[in-house]
Amino acid sequence: MKTEKNLPRNPSSIKTRFAVKFLQAMNKMNKRKNPSTSMAVKYKRYQFIRAAATSSMASAVGPRRAWSRAVLRKMRNHTAIHRFPMNNKTRTTRRFPITRRKRSSILRGNPRQEDDLGFGQEDDLRGLVPGGQGMDFCRLLSETAHYIKCLKTQVQVMTNVLHHYST
Amino acid sequence: MSSRRSRSRHSGSSRITDDQINELVSKLQQLLPEMNNRRSDKRSAANVLQETCNYIRSLHREVDDLSERLSELLANTDTTQAALIRRLLTQ
Repeated sequence: MKTEKNLPRNPSSIKTRFAVKFLQAMNKMNKRKNPSTSMAVKYKRYQFIRAAATSSMASAVGPRRAWSRAVLRKMRNHTAIHRFPMNNKTRTTRRFPITRRKRSSILRGNPRQEDDLGFGQEDDLRGLVPGGQGMDFCRLLSETAHYIKCLKTQVQVMTNVLHHYST
Repeated sequence: MSSRRSRSRHSGSSRITDDQINELVSKLQQLLPEMNNRRSDKRSAANVLQETCNYIRSLHREVDDLSERLSELLANTDTTQAALIRRLLTQ
């Protein structure tokens, strides 16, 4: 609902911070207006928007979450690599190459090898949540919950932006 | 990990307990799309993780799709950003 003063309901919410950062990125891109509509240009624009969405959300969350820290770290590395191109040895590799068996005893804190949590799902989840490889199982679940909430917010805001551009 | 010990003060151990895991899993289950919550009590942890993975993948696809549609629109429109920001933030 729109009030007289047009004030945001919660000016410091993650949703608001994300919306502002995302729109600022879009605005920057809009200024470099490129009349060409070739496939290459379109694809590059799509990649930029998607990256802007991801980085804006991680930036809005800040360093308080492992997943957002992982995204911000990746962004910094990506920028560094592109500014100072070096050989492949500078790429960051996976920090904890833990084997499956070792993981079950370390991360769960008990000697059970097989339990009702199939290892397949845990591996998949670790691959989907940024920074998921190096954390213990409890942390992974907690990070996943926050990550999902932020993804939903991201989709909501981007949908709103899309609708406003469409009208 | 010393941080784990300080977080599980009340259990008095440094292990992750089953209760902690179950609580976290049920919290995840609540985040999943509504239609899957009908049989909430019967859902195994493995199933919740599976559904969670599927849900995250679908959210990623939505972001991809929205990004693509936005890139199409940006080529054609030229709205004023200030008005857009103001409109969005008042919702």
